[in-house]
Amino acid sequence: MTDVPPTPRGVLGTRATEDAARGDEAPPPVKARGLVKRYNDVLAVDRIDLNVQAGDVYGFLGPNGAGKTTTLRMALGLIAPSAGVVELFGRDPMREGARALEGVAGFVEAPRFYPYMTGRKNLQLLAALDGDGASERVEEVLEVVELEPRGKHKVGGYSHGMRQRLGIAAALLRRPRLLILDEPATGLDPAGMRDMRALIRRLAGEGITVLLSSHQLPEVQELCDRVAIVDRGKVVYEGALADLRRQGGAGYRLRTTDEARALGVVREQPGVAHTVAGEHGLSFQADEQRVGALSLALGQAGVGILALTPELATLEDLFFRLTENGDGGDEDTPSDAHEDGQGAGVTAQVLSRGIANGP
Amino acid sequence: MSSVAASPPLPATSATTRARRPSTLVIYRWELRKLVSQKRTYLGLGLAVLLPLIFVVVQNLHQHHGHGHGGESIIATQITQSGLATPVLMLEFQAYFMLPLIAALVAGDIVAAEDGNGTLKTILTRSVERGQVFAAKALVALSYGALAVFLSAAVATIAGVASWGFHPIVTLSGSVVSAAEGLLLVFAANGCYLIPLFAVASIGVLLSTATRNSTAAVVGTIGFVILLYIVAGIPGLEGIKPYLLTEQFQGWHGLLRTPTDWAPVTHSLWVCALYALPALIAGYLVFLRRDVAGG
Repeated sequence: MTDVPPTPRGVLGTRATEDAARGDEAPPPVKARGLVKRYNDVLAVDRIDLNVQAGDVYGFLGPNGAGKTTTLRMALGLIAPSAGVVELFGRDPMREGARALEGVAGFVEAPRFYPYMTGRKNLQLLAALDGDGASERVEEVLEVVELEPRGKHKVGGYSHGMRQRLGIAAALLRRPRLLILDEPATGLDPAGMRDMRALIRRLAGEGITVLLSSHQLPEVQELCDRVAIVDRGKVVYEGALADLRRQGGAGYRLRTTDEARALGVVREQPGVAHTVAGEHGLSFQADEQRVGALSLALGQAGVGILALTPELATLEDLFFRLTENGDGGDEDTPSDAHEDGQGAGVTAQVLSRGIANGP
Repeated sequence: MSSVAASPPLPATSATTRARRPSTLVIYRWELRKLVSQKRTYLGLGLAVLLPLIFVVVQNLHQHHGHGHGGESIIATQITQSGLATPVLMLEFQAYFMLPLIAALVAGDIVAAEDGNGTLKTILTRSVERGQVFAAKALVALSYGALAVFLSAAVATIAGVASWGFHPIVTLSGSVVSAAEGLLLVFAANGCYLIPLFAVASIGVLLSTATRNSTAAVVGTIGFVILLYIVAGIPGLEGIKPYLLTEQFQGWHGLLRTPTDWAPVTHSLWVCALYALPALIAGYLVFLRRDVAGG
């Protein structure tokens, strides 16, 4: 898959450039307000707000059953919200139908095709349903996802990875300004995941806004600049990934000449939290000034410092702190707090509680 | 795909600000192609072709062994005298159960199968309205029923004429019509039979949309037809018999009388509309409002 010809021109980025031209006045690619989906007694989505801006690679994270796919289905107009509204470029799919999906493409859960038809025939069908000259782009998009040689084979015989790539091809037919991808790398082998990441990065580079729902936290960390984390149907964080990581607090790893004595000193030091002794030394969280004081205290206690290295919290750490916090944010509903501009503060509290309680 | 990521940025090309959307006819054509690509499509059509052939073969064997033709009806008595009696007799045999079953096979499957396979979400996230998709699917279900009827009639006519010749035929009123006029009547009768068959297919489309389960929809449609036969046989309910869908399966008899008796045809038309239109409207509304959560 590394020696394919250069991507044909004219498939990608055509509509995306329009967004840039419109500037700030254009409605955002995705704006959800108070989105609720209730199935009888089950509240699948609970007042979710989302703000995906043009050019974002926006990660949508959450444990299984958190309401991610339900939210994406509502965004694409496949299911009706019980309350609230979601708009794509200012258009509500529930009110405007297919018109609201102009410039929008993607898939929720696994992309599905007609197994009794070839990959090419499937794309031709979807292109016919797109209109707008999409039929002329079938060969180009097959080439982009490197399925051209297999285009003549029935989809029933495709591997999972090939179907995922066909899903991307089907999305590209629409020359999207917004690409909604639900777990695009699920089930792919490492090479497939790498290629999928590269393709998403490429599409984002072309100016396409990407809303990426994923379980692959390293993937999100690598690709996304903004994220929303949902847990039990609620947004527990929405904002820049960098801000989230900053709020997660700086972590440090410490290796000393005397681990046992060092552990005692660290634990006694004010402002130091989340101290864990491991095989490779101690890890803890504290701000920079506290770390300075700690290093002096270790010296006074006769403990030699072999290494003291800062470690930024990974998205995975933060994700688990936010979603395994136990109380589900009942006291300070993050989505409510977000509405009055307190979202970051509440998230910081949740993260702090997570730090205090341990991962 | 890795090379895709590495290749230089692509230049923007001209783009239309308002997409030109496909017509319902385009969706209809693709629905037909999907139908043609599926093996199960040929099950019903195979039955529609096979039954007239079996009938003609069996009749030929009976003829060689010197058996009579029973003589139950005026058409049956002509079976060896005119090949045109075969398609009329086949329509009579198949009208009550076989052709409704064939129509139900596709009508009951047409929405539910897409739901089950998860492809409904694939097509509903393109540039087509839900109403267009439903209309195209309903039209395809009706088209399939029509194809089965006319295919069966064509095969029966060819096989009948090949066996017993293209001769004048006696109508249900006892008058003789020329072979050419008889042929026209045969296909007009089959066309008339489409009225109740479309009603059956419409019920199948409704059940397919509402149940989201192909088997339930097919069985439900046929179950409904059987239920009407039972209702028709219940003593004391004779008053509603003319308004039962199953009674309309013989409305085409009016065309085989001289002069043409239009009363059963027009009666069939409005009675069947009472079944078909609510079913289609209900199916349409369900399809518009449903959550597409499968797949």
